[in-house]
Amino acid sequence: MTQATHLVERVAPSLARPGGRPVWAGGLAAAASWGAAALVTKALPNAVPYGSDDLFAILVGGGAVAFAGLAVAGPRSGRLREMLDHYGPWFIAIGVWLTLWEFSTAKTGWLPKPFFSAPTGLLHVYVSDWQRLLICVGYSLRLWALGFGLGALFGYVGGVALGWSKPFAYWGMPILKLIGPVPATAWIPVTFYFFPTTFDASVFIVALASGIPVMILTSSGVASVNRAYYDVGRNLGAGPWYLVSRIAIPSALPHTFVGLFMGLYYSFAVLVVAEMLGAKYGLGWYIQFQTNYSGYANVYATIVIMSLICAGLVKLLFVVRDRLLGWQEGFI
Amino acid sequence: MPPQASALRAPPAVARRNVAIEIRGVSQTFDLRGTALPVLEDIDLAVAPGEFVALLGPSGCGKSTLLRLVSGLDRPTAGTIAADGVIVEGPDPSRILVFQDPTLFPWASVWNNVATGLDARGVLDRQRGRVDDALKLVGLSGFARAYPHQLSGGMAQRAALARALVNDPALLLLDEPLGKLDSLTRLTLQGELLALWRAKGFTALLVTHDVEEAVLLSSRVIVLSERPARIKAEFAVDLAYPRHRDNPKVVELRRRILGTLGLET
Repeated sequence: MTQATHLVERVAPSLARPGGRPVWAGGLAAAASWGAAALVTKALPNAVPYGSDDLFAILVGGGAVAFAGLAVAGPRSGRLREMLDHYGPWFIAIGVWLTLWEFSTAKTGWLPKPFFSAPTGLLHVYVSDWQRLLICVGYSLRLWALGFGLGALFGYVGGVALGWSKPFAYWGMPILKLIGPVPATAWIPVTFYFFPTTFDASVFIVALASGIPVMILTSSGVASVNRAYYDVGRNLGAGPWYLVSRIAIPSALPHTFVGLFMGLYYSFAVLVVAEMLGAKYGLGWYIQFQTNYSGYANVYATIVIMSLICAGLVKLLFVVRDRLLGWQEGFI
Repeated sequence: MPPQASALRAPPAVARRNVAIEIRGVSQTFDLRGTALPVLEDIDLAVAPGEFVALLGPSGCGKSTLLRLVSGLDRPTAGTIAADGVIVEGPDPSRILVFQDPTLFPWASVWNNVATGLDARGVLDRQRGRVDDALKLVGLSGFARAYPHQLSGGMAQRAALARALVNDPALLLLDEPLGKLDSLTRLTLQGELLALWRAKGFTALLVTHDVEEAVLLSSRVIVLSERPARIKAEFAVDLAYPRHRDNPKVVELRRRILGTLGLET
């Protein structure tokens, strides 16, 4: 208590700063909820042991100290403070969630093993199996990057061709309309026959899933370019290549990005399925493998990794889109 | 192609580039789901080099169609159009059409929009200064990096004019370029258009709905009939520039033209 008042006295000058806000109250509450999670983990006896109790208590306890520090000594104004105020309720809720989760699994066994796991159980998976998980992340990212990259490339080139060229549209559109709605996973049995390795087959399935929406949206974008832009181009001396590359393609870019986002989500869905079929490593394979041994804690731990990777990749595509489509009215 | 190439090498400000246009027996018929829709009927019109001719007529009579034919973007069903005696067979940067909508590329900055013609013909790297000059000419130097959606209607139309003028056209085809602007901006741009024409000396063909605009700007007013359009009347405007709208001769000419359009005042 005396320590706390001492701290407050030391930061008093910043408290008096004009335009500054009071102490970050949300941070104190978050410190309390995260502290409760640490306390529950350390002070109550385990009904079901999951391991890594000490490390978990240190991590969430450390979080609690960090929140308290930011609340008392952190910035009173500026962008960081605005961010802290904005996310404060989430920080509190996460602490509450961890406390209740740990309590209802490890401490009481209300949610039983093996179908449920404690946060300490998930942490234990990362601590004990991180090497294999890291390899799996690498394999999944390699498969995803190759599949999505090839799919986006072929989908884009094909979409431009379909939208621009009448012969391409005549032959290609009916085929695309037939193949497009078929789920990519339906092709799995035949791809394993046509491709030399399961990895090649998996890349093809991911590429197919992500390439088709890119192709459909790009072709519709190129086909719906304002004809007056072509008139302007032709009048100013532009040849066909210039009309495609400098007018049709940039004009269709907003459509293309809708296709890329759709393709991105499809690629994640298909990736896991593809890895469950005879892959040697990968997050999908890991989930399948652990399910067979009722390692549900490992499954949950992997799902957390997956969601972080997928959300990160979506965010990355948003950044790319914002850079390329900044010209759109009222876009940012 | 050769006359255009040589013109591009010529210094832009010194040479007064213009062209004589001869429209002979031009008809245009559109095919609307099997029904033939005649739009232009037997148009004969000769425009002298450096002349400013205004085309007036009821809306939908085919004025814009005529401009597209002269630009070479479309081909007539019958008749011929010649520029300095050479039959027009396709679009060419020496004859530039400016639309009612600015039709700037929304994904490109104002500078890049203006540079389109030079870029498309692969001469941009050697002639970047011409883009800056064109922007200066229309008073948009400060907006080179802006995107079209950040411009007002008048500024966007100025940028469209710069995009045409950077190519040093011998003929400017103006399809109601001021039609969508508010009346104040319209008056300002009328003055600027006139100044550009007098400075550069290009031949100009202006389609407009505004009788006063036609009388204030052009040296000759052509009145077209209802669709299919024919030339109905022709008025020479022998008045010194700049003309004032209250000038009794302007008022009188305006009244007579409105009369031929069936709008007695």
